[in-house]
Amino acid sequence: MVYFLSFILLLIGLYCIVVKKNLLKIIVGLVIVEYAVNLFLVVIGYRSGGHAPIINLSAPEWLYVDPLPQALVLTSIVIGLAVLTMVVAIAIRIYERYGTFDITEIRRLKG
Amino acid sequence: MQYLPLFMAVPLLVAFAIPLFSRLNRWLADILGNLTTLYLLAAAIGLYFIRPFNNMIVYRMGGWGPPFGINLVLDGLSHFLLLTVCLIAFMATLYSIAYMRQYTAKGKYYSLFLLMLAGMNGVVLTGDLFNLYVFLEIAAVASYALVAFGTEAEELEASFKYLVMGAVASAFILVGIGIIYSLTGTLNMADAARLLSGGSGTIKMFVAALFIMGFGLKAALVPFHAWLPDAHPSAPAPISAMLSGVLIKALGVYALIRVFFNVIGLTPQLSYIFMVLGAASMLVGVLLAIGQWDFKRLLAYHSISQIGYVILGIGLATPLGVMGGIFHLFNHALFKSLLFLNAGAVEYTIGTRQLQEMGGLSRKMPVTSATSLVASMSIAGIPPFNGFWSKLFIIIACIQAGRPWFALAAVIGSLLTLASFLKVQKYAFFERLKPKFENIKEAPLVMGVSMVLLALLCLGAGLAFPYVLRFLVNPAVIAVANGLGYSRMILGGF
Repeated sequence: MVYFLSFILLLIGLYCIVVKKNLLKIIVGLVIVEYAVNLFLVVIGYRSGGHAPIINLSAPEWLYVDPLPQALVLTSIVIGLAVLTMVVAIAIRIYERYGTFDITEIRRLKG
Repeated sequence: MQYLPLFMAVPLLVAFAIPLFSRLNRWLADILGNLTTLYLLAAAIGLYFIRPFNNMIVYRMGGWGPPFGINLVLDGLSHFLLLTVCLIAFMATLYSIAYMRQYTAKGKYYSLFLLMLAGMNGVVLTGDLFNLYVFLEIAAVASYALVAFGTEAEELEASFKYLVMGAVASAFILVGIGIIYSLTGTLNMADAARLLSGGSGTIKMFVAALFIMGFGLKAALVPFHAWLPDAHPSAPAPISAMLSGVLIKALGVYALIRVFFNVIGLTPQLSYIFMVLGAASMLVGVLLAIGQWDFKRLLAYHSISQIGYVILGIGLATPLGVMGGIFHLFNHALFKSLLFLNAGAVEYTIGTRQLQEMGGLSRKMPVTSATSLVASMSIAGIPPFNGFWSKLFIIIACIQAGRPWFALAAVIGSLLTLASFLKVQKYAFFERLKPKFENIKEAPLVMGVSMVLLALLCLGAGLAFPYVLRFLVNPAVIAVANGLGYSRMILGGF
């Protein structure tokens, strides 16, 4: 079920990127897409009833969640931060040049 | 083989060292940047003497074997791409010595350049799916920043557009990698290929769709090409040369080949999808290019078209088609980066990119004019230049594979390319010299040197094409044709 939730989140983010006219709302859409992917990765590693993946020798019957996707998500969050910083910095510079966040007014490139 | 991590470690180290020390001496950034790319080029060539012919070198990071640790793999295809990336990077840094004087913050420029280079080297060397994603993002984030490097209004707009589309593509790639992990429980390409080969078809097609969208956008195939004509002309000229020359190939085409031939396995349907995407890129790119008057924008549309040739050749999946596609990839890296450097030299001298405002530059700028003529003839496929042979192979391969319509599309694309480069030559370099350009001088010496070197390589690769095919292209074709045998070669050694 949570898989569906992450895909719904992904679609909401994509909708936001495609439809919205404001740069900041597009950036929020990007963040939602990123979080949806991170959620998806975490869910892949989850085992119901699983424990944190630190071996407990006194309880050999314990079930552990998969630690690898968690490592992936950490990396992916850091990458997401880099992309977010970059896009916000560019949006600020765009605002300095054009005086607006509206993408219908930011269109000097065409052809 | 302990040399492989150096292709990422050295540029990363220098990239972070340059901003620290570049204030000490104004030439330090230039020297460090050029020495690094020269070292990497020499190392990439030197590895040809170390790597067993038609075999691969596997480096196990931290000594962990393939299914557990991250491994770096240097096979024919990786080596070929590595050499192309390092070669174009060296030419671009050489050119930057003079060209980047117009901009401030040379240290930051070289830093971002080397980060992008480290990312591309990592993408072509890695044997791990998530590692591929990480290096792809390093290269992509650096390229977003480099597109916006001039911080003019148009450049920021192009960079924003590129960034949003690139980030969505990366998200799709990561979802695809996640699904592969949940299917197989491994991120190692070789191990995933072994475990996927018996898996169900439907979910593999879903992953294939995600990867075609993600890597296809990085490669600017036609339905996903909208960012390229804005982003590539907006960057400084040596960066345009890197982006069009190697970035779309390392991040897009190489990753597509690696994932589809060596991990998922190419089915006839996928092969047909590639051919259609390739043919569409070929025609749409060149049709949009022909009406352009901005020199660099015209070149950017041609990049879409030429990548179409590469994908068409590779999508045929016959040995001749793959050979033509990979050879064309190399040739396109040479002549397209040369053309972008020419456009940069013209812009450096007369301050405009509009073809209508140029005219008669061949008398004042003989080196730029002559090298751009070589590059134009190469891209248009005039014998004996290199573009002729690779396009010929692709067209013959189409006919051999029983796909005459794709061959016809390739011929039409080539003719339209010729027409649009005749236009470039006529408006920019021939005709009468405009009076306001009486006092211009040829571009600085180092820019001329890197343009001449690339032009000689174009001519050399055309005249000596049997040797290029034998020593560079064929090992790559063998690695691609090996297909799922890739996983046996890596895991067998373990």
